Formats: sequence, C-alpha cells, structure tokens
Amino acid sequence: MTKGMRKYFKKKIFWFVITFIAAVILNFILPRLMPGDPVNSIVGKNISPGATQEQVQEQIIYYKHQFGLDKSIFGQFWDFVKNAFNGTFGVSYSQYPRLVSDIIGSSIWWTVALQLPAIIVGWLLGNLLGAVAAYKRGIWDKGLMPVSLFFSAIPAFGASVILLVVFAVTLGWAPVNGAYDPGMIPGFNLKFIGSVISHYQLPFWSIVLISIGGQAVGMRSMSIYELNADYVKYSRFLGIKDKKIVRYVFRNAMLPQVTGLAMSIGSMVGGALVAETIFSYPGLGMSMYAAINSSDYPVISACTLIITIMVLIASFLLDIIYAFIDPRVKAAQFD
Amino acid sequence: MKHTLKNVFHSPRFLVGFIIFMTILLTVLIYPYFVQRDPLQGLGKGFLSPGTYVSVYDTNNAGTYRVELPEANDNRLEASVPVKDRQTMLDYLTAMGADVSGLDTSNENFHALLEAWNANYDEADAKKNKYDGFATQAKRNELRRLNNRLTSDVTAAMSVTKGEGEAATVASVATSDYVKVSEVANSISLPLGTDNFGRDTLTELVKATGISLLVGLIAGSIATLLGLLVGLLAGYVGGIVDDILMFIANIFTVIPGFVLLILIYSALGAESRGITTCAVIIGITSWVWTARSVRSQVISLRNRDHVNLSKLSGHSLFRIVTTDILPYIMSYVVMAFILQVSSGILAEAQLSMLGLGPNPNELPTLGLMMNWAKLFGAYTSSNAWWAYFPVILVIALISFSLNLMNTGLDQVFNPTLRD
Repeated sequence: MTKGMRKYFKKKIFWFVITFIAAVILNFILPRLMPGDPVNSIVGKNISPGATQEQVQEQIIYYKHQFGLDKSIFGQFWDFVKNAFNGTFGVSYSQYPRLVSDIIGSSIWWTVALQLPAIIVGWLLGNLLGAVAAYKRGIWDKGLMPVSLFFSAIPAFGASVILLVVFAVTLGWAPVNGAYDPGMIPGFNLKFIGSVISHYQLPFWSIVLISIGGQAVGMRSMSIYELNADYVKYSRFLGIKDKKIVRYVFRNAMLPQVTGLAMSIGSMVGGALVAETIFSYPGLGMSMYAAINSSDYPVISACTLIITIMVLIASFLLDIIYAFIDPRVKAAQFD
Repeated sequence: MKHTLKNVFHSPRFLVGFIIFMTILLTVLIYPYFVQRDPLQGLGKGFLSPGTYVSVYDTNNAGTYRVELPEANDNRLEASVPVKDRQTMLDYLTAMGADVSGLDTSNENFHALLEAWNANYDEADAKKNKYDGFATQAKRNELRRLNNRLTSDVTAAMSVTKGEGEAATVASVATSDYVKVSEVANSISLPLGTDNFGRDTLTELVKATGISLLVGLIAGSIATLLGLLVGLLAGYVGGIVDDILMFIANIFTVIPGFVLLILIYSALGAESRGITTCAVIIGITSWVWTARSVRSQVISLRNRDHVNLSKLSGHSLFRIVTTDILPYIMSYVVMAFILQVSSGILAEAQLSMLGLGPNPNELPTLGLMMNWAKLFGAYTSSNAWWAYFPVILVIALISFSLNLMNTGLDQVFNPTLRD
C-alpha cells in the first residue's frame, strides 16, 4: 500500500465516521422534537378505566423510567448511543416490552436479500442495454430509449402496483403478499424455499425494472460520449479492431456509472422500501411503515439509522472499488 | 438568448416533453372552470366504477319517448344474463349429464338453454350430487344466485309508481320506452368513477396533480436556489467558507435524503404537515447535488480571463457573480431545476405512500391518492383500477415529460451528446 493510497483511505474513513456521527445525532434529535408525549398515549392505552389520578401518575413515572425519559437530555443521548452500540436500540413503544432489535432483526435480512441482488441485477441489465443501444444505434436506440425513459419515469411504487395487479391479482401467477406462505413454519426444507422463491419474484422484478431504465439512459449517454472521443477516432485510424476499441469504450463509460450507483443507492433504497410495503414484504420498509402508523419512534429511528449505515457501507465500498478500477482516480488520489 | 430558445424548441425531445407537460398544466388550470365540485366532497359510498350515473327516481318523472332499437332484446338479454353466465349454465348441464346437443351461448338459442336449465337445475340435487367442477359451496351459491336471476323474467314489462302520496299512479313501462338523459333531473358523469370515500376521482386527480406540481415547484425552486447560492459561495469565495459549506454538503450527501425526510416528517406529526411545509422540507433536504455541480463549475470559471479582468476593473462581488459567472452556468441550473421538480413530486408521493404525507384532510396530492388506494384495497380486494392507475400514469407522465425536456436541453447544450 502506497502512501497516497493510505491517505486516500484515511480521508474516506474520516468522512465515513463524521457522517456516521451526524446520522446518529440526527436520529436522536429529530424524533424527540415530535409533538405529543409517547408515554401518555401508552398509559392511556394500558390503564384500566377505573384508575385513580395517582395510579395514572405512577404508571407515567414507571414508563418514563422504563424508556429512560426521566434522565437529562445528555443521559438520554448516552442511553441511545449505548443501545445503538450494543445492538438493542432500546424498547419499542407500541410493542412494549419488546426490544427494537427483536423487531428489526427479523426484517432486515428480508430487505438485504431482496434489495441487494435486485439493485445489482438492475444495474447490470441497465448498463448492458444502454451500451448496446449506444453501440448499435438504429432501431435498438430509437425504440429502446424512449421506452427506457418512460420506464425510468414510473415511480417504484407504481411499477410494483402494476406488477402486483397484473401478475398476482389478475393472472394469479404469484402470491399477492408476504414473503412466504403464512401457513408454513420457516425452516430449511424444499417446500418452504419454494414458497419463498415464488413470493420473491414480484418485489424483485419490480425493483429490477425500475433500476434498468435509469441506468440504461445514463449508460447510453456515457457510451455515446466515449464513442465520439478522440482516442476512439485515433484507434480506428490506426486500424485497431473494433472489438478491442469497444472494450475500452465501455470500460471507460462504466466508471461514472459506478459512481452513479454509489450516489443513487440511497434513493434506490428509499424507493425499494416503498415497494416492500406494497407487497407487504416483511422487510425494513414494512417495519418502518408499521412503526410510522403507530408513532413508534424508537423503531423508526432504528430503521433509519440502519438504512443510513447500510447505504454508508455500500457507498464506501463502491468508492474503494472505484479507486481501484479507475486509473485516473488512482493517479490523482494515491500519489 | 433568442437563438438559444429557438435551438431548444428545435430539439424534438424537448418539444415532446414540453407539450406533454403543458397539456397536464393546462388541464389542471382549466378544468376547475368546467367542474366546480369540491375535490374532497364525497358523492357516495365506496368505489363506483367509471360511467354515467342516472337517478332512477328522476327517470320516472322525465318524459318518455318511443324508440324501437332492433337489437334491444338482445342487449337486454346480454345485460341480464351475460355470455359468461350462459357458459356456466352450459357447463353445469354438461357436468350433470343432461342433453346439451344444439345448445350454445348465442342469443338465438338462449330460450332453448333456459328451458333446459329450468328442466334440469335443482338446488337440492346440486347439493347432493356434487357434480364435477361444482363441488364447492361457493360454486353452488353462484349457481343459486344465477337461478334466482333467471326466474325473474327479463323481457316482460314492469310497473313503476309515478308521483308521491295520493297523486301516485301506477303506470306500466313498455320495453320501448326511453328517457332522454339530459331531461333527467339528476345524473352525473364519472369518467374515472369514485374512490373509496366516494369522491369523484377525476376531479380529485386534477386537483391532486395541481397540488403535486406545486409541491414539486416549491421544492425544486428552494433546492435549486439553495444549491446555487451554496455552490456560488463555496466555489467563488473559496477558503474557509468553501471548507465549511462542503463539510455540510458532504454530510448531507451520505445520509440518504429519503431517510432524512422520514425523520423530519415523522417528527413534525400529521397535523403540522401542510402542503407548503412538506414542499419546503423536501427542498431544503435536496440541494446538495446542485451545490456540488455549481461549485465545481464556478471553480473552473473563477480564473478565466474575463473574470480576472472584471476583478481588476474593481467590479463588486455581486456584479462579477451575476454578469460573469451566472450566464455560464445558467443552462446547467435550468436542467437541475427541472430534475429537482420531478424528484420533489416523487419524494412527496413516496412519503405519502409510507403514511407520512401532507395532512390528508386539507387537499389531495398524488401521493395521498396512492396511499388511500392502498389502504382501502383498491388493487387487491376492490379491484378498482380507476382509483390508482390514472394516478400512476399522471406521475409517470410528469416525470417522463420533465426528463424528456432535460435530455433535450442536454443535447442542445452538450453538442457531444447529439445524435
């Protein structure tokens, strides 16, 4: 590892840590600004109708203590950070006394298993289509580009709804909601895996479909830009084989697309989370949806914190990959 | 300026996008003059499918006209016993082993089919024998309902009561009696039916489109202005100002804007989320990309000869920025603005889908309409396509037209991208 490389990584890690801290602080402050007292609503729900004023007060003090709300704001922040680091994220308000980590622990893997492959497949397919459109031009380009543009304009939830209605409700080819048959007990057997796969199809393809359009449009303009570059003309002039030139062209066009993925991964995840709620897929999006509807702020902020961390890690990794595959960045940053 | 505009409107992409967008905008502006209904007013209960609804009561009081439609009987038959039901009848007769030779689902042979049905169908028999394909309770209930409908004669004349109280007279209505829809006191055309609250979906959709466009416009303007301001300051002034602004921008880049919006929106609570508040918040969370691009362009412009000359002439900072730098980045700013409007509309819609939209009791937005469609099962149990499909289409058309305009502009300003 050269000195320049170390410097580059140090800089990246520095930003990673700074944004992480900012995210934690935002996640702590914002939910505490909300109107209304969460304790009052819980007490109101749980107390028996004939309770005296003292009993109500007792309950309020009890819950305030349970949630750590009787401490000073710094004490609360310390609790929040401690809970975030030991992975429990505190106690859920709406499903008291369940731990937030318990609620999220079961949903996070569904989200990761759904979104990671879908975003990667969508990115690959989109870039392939864009490159082909730029290279072949003619019918491919003329027909494909307006279609891609239109598809990239359909919001993620819109595509999900259309897929759901066409393939699940009307044709009955796929299940309407959930991640597996509700009558089944999760386990490692063929029947359960088959059920998971059939429930996986629609959410997966709706995310893929959305990412294809945008990526194809971006890749096409990058490829056209590269195909018109001087080095291509010069190589043609020298008589270098077309196949070889195309390889260079697409490698160069690909690079900004990697950055593009790093930048857009945050918004992609947002769209995919909304898609989850349409299929009632039991991922983070669904947990967050349920938490929002029941004003369960510890769960909301834990979800957003986890999403932020996942996006941070993804873009951090992409940045590092980018530095390795782009010789220009390597030259600029590492030396 | 005039030349640039001419160039822009010569780009087919921009033109198509512009026409689509203007059509949507004009519809939003003109529609309220034709239909002055409150978009949030409920007209009935639940989803009504698209069509014209005529008051049954008032048809009795409208004048009758004699019209002899040659296909009237066939149409009547088709409306009361559709081909699908006739197929069910035929299937049942086949399943129970009755003689079905010469029977089919056509109008001419309906009477033969009906006779065969009346001769063979028996509820108790169907229950006892559990014929192939009709073994379940649901299937048998379907048969029973069909039979009930068939026993009321579909072609006979019916009688209605005209007037009220002592003045009531019973008149018989012949099959050739017609009323003129415009003479019926109460009728309503619902081209897109009604939503779950019984609101006229078309009127609601037009209003929602207007509100969503407004949200996009406010959010886009704020994001672009903030981005421009920060970018200009950071790029032109440089030094410590640049460091601080870029530090903030870096934090905003890596925390997903969507997550930030979820946190702020849920902190606000539903009652304090007005349309403008929502739009402003979307605006102030999405300025970062504009700021970054503006900054890098300003840095490359900062040391150009004409800027240096301006500095030497003692021009003020404001003047240098507005006359020597802004014109060079204006095309980019316009393009960024278009994209910001589009993503602002999308952000509102996504947040509303999560239940974090603007206060639902004030005004409709496209996102709220989608959320209602989801909450009330428009695409699963109610199968009411009119409540969500037009909304998706409008959102897609708005972003499509804005994207088209953007790529059109891109081609005009970046000659390397031209086809």
